[in-house]
Amino acid sequence: VTRRVLDDDMIEQLEELLIASDMGVDTALRVTSNMAEGRFGKKLSTDEIKQMLADEVTRVMEPVAKPLPLYSKRPQVVLVVGVNGSGKTTTIGKLASQFKSAGKKVVIAAGDTFRAAAVEQLQVWGERAGVPVLTAPEGSDPASLAFDAMTRAQEDGADLLMIDTAGRLQNRADLMEELAKIVRVIRKKDETAPHNTLLVLDATTGQNALNQVEVFRNISDVSGLVMTKLDGTAKGGVLVALADKFGLPIHAIGVGEQIDDLAPFDPKDFAKALTGVGSS
Amino acid sequence: MFENLSERLSGVFDRLTKQGALSEEDVKTALREVRVALLEADVSLPVAREFIKKVQDQATGQAVTKSITPGQQVVKIVHDALVDTLRGEEDPGALKIDNPPAPILMVGLQGGGKTTTTGKLAKRLKDKEGKKVLMASLDVYRPAAMDQLKVLGAQIGVDTLPIVPGQNPVDIAKRAKQQAALGGYDVYMLDTAGRLQIDEVLMQEVEDVRDVVSPRETLLVVDGLTGQVAVEVAEEFDAKIGISGVVLTRMDGDGRGGAALSMRAVTGKPIRFVGLGEKMDALETFEPDRIAGRILGM
Ligand SMILES: Nc1nc2c(ncn2[C@@H]2O[C@H](COP(=O)(O)OP(=O)(O)OP(=O)(O)O)[C@@H](O)[C@H]2O)c(=O)[nH]1
Ligand SMILES: Nc1nc2c(ncn2[C@@H]2O[C@H](COP(=O)(O)OP(=O)(O)OP(=O)(O)O)[C@@H](O)[C@H]2O)c(=O)[nH]1
Ligand SMILES: [K+]
Ligand SMILES: [Mg+2]
Ligand SMILES: [Mg+2]
Repeated sequence: VTRRVLDDDMIEQLEELLIASDMGVDTALRVTSNMAEGRFGKKLSTDEIKQMLADEVTRVMEPVAKPLPLYSKRPQVVLVVGVNGSGKTTTIGKLASQFKSAGKKVVIAAGDTFRAAAVEQLQVWGERAGVPVLTAPEGSDPASLAFDAMTRAQEDGADLLMIDTAGRLQNRADLMEELAKIVRVIRKKDETAPHNTLLVLDATTGQNALNQVEVFRNISDVSGLVMTKLDGTAKGGVLVALADKFGLPIHAIGVGEQIDDLAPFDPKDFAKALTGVGSS
Repeated sequence: MFENLSERLSGVFDRLTKQGALSEEDVKTALREVRVALLEADVSLPVAREFIKKVQDQATGQAVTKSITPGQQVVKIVHDALVDTLRGEEDPGALKIDNPPAPILMVGLQGGGKTTTTGKLAKRLKDKEGKKVLMASLDVYRPAAMDQLKVLGAQIGVDTLPIVPGQNPVDIAKRAKQQAALGGYDVYMLDTAGRLQIDEVLMQEVEDVRDVVSPRETLLVVDGLTGQVAVEVAEEFDAKIGISGVVLTRMDGDGRGGAALSMRAVTGKPIRFVGLGEKMDALETFEPDRIAGRILGM
């Protein structure tokens, strides 16, 4: 095994490995310098170095790896938000299926009343998961649909109500106000709701994910994250920057387009994939 | 969130103002800041590296212009080099759609905006160029994908190929080709399912579709918020399918759009259009100056 001195050059190479995972420059610098602390000038093998880097990433990510918390509240209201195309609707289908299998009574509300065939898409997911989908006509007010859905879910004795929303970019003030209104209306019905607000992030997204979390959190009190499309080659390194900056729980990751392609977030596996441990 | 690059550089360059020419060291110092700015804008690392090297060579030895600070001068050199890289030779809006019916194939990752962009382009071709357009969805996987295109077609007054459940993408493409010829259409657009560049089965499927219709244009539709993976996505789609251009979507967001540089640099293919919203008229032809400014955070 060839060993190399952990010097400035080596550290720069490691920084670049992390930057190439979408971690961002600042966080990559912090992670490598934490990892190098007390080890500078030591002779190490490539495997050892990668392992140390993976350990450091794992250390940062462990506190945020938490499953979606379940409450005794009935119905527990789960609001799902995010930018366009990130995977909100698909993730709701997958989650509904998981909760249904766990014996929960689940209802879905098709709160994307804007995009073409968004309702039909969610209805197919509802069928796949074996869960009813409450709908409103295209163009109608998503806040009043959410309100009606809460009434229905209460009447039906549902354990969980999952509310889909239309995709919106966080810099669109009008659409963010629409989201704020959905939250306000939900709270009129139950001031402790929504009990979870999930922000769905796309793993192919770069540094803009930081702005997404910042603004969606301010507007809709995001309580946890889901990162989709980690079955591709994007490493999702921006999650490390997010953990560092916001500390929001990561509940699950999307690893495909099928109903079972939703996995718990595992910091070790994530760190391994990110640093390339075990892959030469 | 991002400091203005000129401001950042002015600090670096304050002490150099009186020197006659940009020395190699000065330029190096400045380009370190530029590199960070590019990476923060999601320009892929190898592309950023290559770009910095090119600018280093260009800038070193340039006489310092009296009217602006050296910092501003480097920013201008960087900006011009960016525009230079981003700009294609041809008019980005001029699609090759002579020889009716001309097929246009839309490809890309999941959720990038293919279906929406198919509708927007069809509307543009109809309204601006008076073309008779047919749209067909080859997405047999995503729930309600075909309905989505059909609804958009109805909204913009463009025909969609009737949906035949159970047909595979290659057969749908053949049917679209035939329908386009028989129906006297100028253009037929094929919207495909989202796929990962590493998914061999689905990449083969779209290659088969390509072989059936021989598209005049194959447009890679990419989310403008894409990070480091942009290089690999563009390279793989181009290598396997052969793309003729790129459409960057969600540029109405506050992303810095570094993916544009990454994809242009590695494929050499023109960026043709920019998506600026969800509505059917939110599509503009690509302007390199605007994206260059955004990438630099100015
Ligand atoms: N490969 C992969 N594709 C995914 C994953 N999650 C979702 N997708 C795909 O991404 C695309 C967009 O997913 P949607 O669920 O429609 O996303 P959305 O956020 O609801 O989109 P809008 O409602 O239009 O904003 C679809 O093609 C999904 O099949 C995942 O984990 N991996
Ligand atoms: N803000 C904004 N949203 C866009 C733009 N282009 C597309 N979208 C939205 O992005 C989401 C995904 O768009 P689609 O057209 O369904 O994407 P797709 O590539 O066809 O997705 P799949 O077929 O699932 O792979 C939808 O919510 C669109 O409305 C754009 O330029 N700006
Ligand atoms: K995306
Ligand atoms: Mg959706
Ligand atoms: Mg589509």
